[in-house]
Amino acid sequence: MQSSLIIQLSYLVSAVLFILGLKRLSSPATARGGNMLAALGMLVAVAATLLDESILDFTWIIGGIVVGGLVGLIMARTVKMTDMPQMVAVFNGFGGGASALVAAAEYFRSTGGMPTDAAVAIMAGTIIGTATFSGSLIAFGKLQGIVTEKAVKYPLQRSTSFLIFMGMLALAVYLGMNLPDGQLFLGMVGIALVLGVLIVIPIGGADMPVVVALLNSYSGLAASAAGFVLNNNALIIAGALVGASGLILTNIMCRAMNRSLGNVMFGAFGAGAVSAGAGGPGGERVANEIDPEDAAMLMGYAQSVLIVPGYGLAVAQAQHKARELGDLLGKRGVQVKYVIHPVAGRMPGHMNVLLAEANVPYDQLYEPDDVNGDMENADVAIIIGANDVVNPAARDDPNSLIAGMPIIEVDRAKRTIVLKRSLNVGFAGIDNPLFYLQNNSMLFGDAAKSLSDLVEEVKAL
Amino acid sequence: MTGTLLVGLYVFVLAMFIGFEVITKVPPTLHTPLMSGSNAISGISIVGALVIAGASNSPLMKWIGLAAVIMATINVVGGFLVTDRMLQMFHSRAEGEE
Repeated sequence: MQSSLIIQLSYLVSAVLFILGLKRLSSPATARGGNMLAALGMLVAVAATLLDESILDFTWIIGGIVVGGLVGLIMARTVKMTDMPQMVAVFNGFGGGASALVAAAEYFRSTGGMPTDAAVAIMAGTIIGTATFSGSLIAFGKLQGIVTEKAVKYPLQRSTSFLIFMGMLALAVYLGMNLPDGQLFLGMVGIALVLGVLIVIPIGGADMPVVVALLNSYSGLAASAAGFVLNNNALIIAGALVGASGLILTNIMCRAMNRSLGNVMFGAFGAGAVSAGAGGPGGERVANEIDPEDAAMLMGYAQSVLIVPGYGLAVAQAQHKARELGDLLGKRGVQVKYVIHPVAGRMPGHMNVLLAEANVPYDQLYEPDDVNGDMENADVAIIIGANDVVNPAARDDPNSLIAGMPIIEVDRAKRTIVLKRSLNVGFAGIDNPLFYLQNNSMLFGDAAKSLSDLVEEVKAL
Repeated sequence: MTGTLLVGLYVFVLAMFIGFEVITKVPPTLHTPLMSGSNAISGISIVGALVIAGASNSPLMKWIGLAAVIMATINVVGGFLVTDRMLQMFHSRAEGEE
């Protein structure tokens, strides 16, 4: 009795530590401490659990922790910052998988019929956790390039998935109402695995940030469900926090693209469905070109410069060069702001991490809303490897595929310079009128090479 | 509906509200660390995994427990460490000049 009271109180302490830790994530200055608080909360929960009197044998526990700890340590240490979305996807999957196993074990442990509430919790935990597991692995594969990045479409896709889903639910209800049946239960697990795959494959590479955020939420809900199975409030609370976090991020990403979650999940954007809005009056339009020397002059003698990075910057591994350029301009007294669109990277906040890695101070990072109001006073905006997020068609052309998507309105700045290989369309396959504006100039070439040239030219000013 | 389930539901709903309140205040700059950090928190199911791996005698349950402990530990250890690795890269202009 005594030890179970200690365990319960320790769980309360860890839940509080999780909340305090997340609270500290509200500022970059306190965030690191916050993460450590949350980790401490986890340590408390694990330590308390080991006091559980029903634990008789520690061999498997120690083995599991050593193996898992080593794998986690190596992955966390070696992952490249550009690969962070894949990594989070994998961790999501493991979190979901663990919750599913915990719920499933409870099913196998029960001998007779079980009360309805326990049955509901077990089925929910197993299904959500399992689907999160397989869905996350597919998301990982897509981000890593193992599975096709394209949205996979086939006839009657939605109906098929829906029927499978209903079938699985029926099976879950049957299992919950009858005596335990291991084989049927495994059948349900198998269907949940398939369903996780079916949910993620119709989604294109550009929409992966939304999916990873959504899976993040599911992994939290799976943990909560496991908490209901075990009557453990620490799991319920921690899972709810993560579920809320994932939902908020999913919502933010959807809004940043001006699309509903349903459209992301079933719309199969990026499957080559380029129709309305694309193309435009091609042919006679001419884009101005600029060489690095003139571009450096423009920026070096400006009062304020906006640097707008897109994922192309990360692909070209040019973050450090961009920061070097920003620092040089800053030393000349130019006010430099990095403006980051929420969908600039491959997951929420990804571009910010990539720039932080390149030593860009976080107080130089701005959101679109921070600069859009004052855009007329920006002397030069330099767009590096970004396209759709600065496309004025989103604002001006109601027929555009990205109509209504919030953008960084660099077209209203005094001058813009676009670093790009060619005039080709972006991720969404949409033509960008910005390139042909009078006050825009194109600096063609590889982003890293162009930035190096710009750095040299600014030095020479 | 039993009392424990009801209490659990209360806890779940209230925790969701706390989550929404706390997490809306996280700035976009920190959204990736938020994801990896909260992800590590969802590895809390390690608590259930430990009991399964340590308490049961049947080989099937031991294997399930072991797999759950390994997955949850990867999630927890990897998640918190990688979040820390990211967060230590964030510095302000003043700190950068030191």
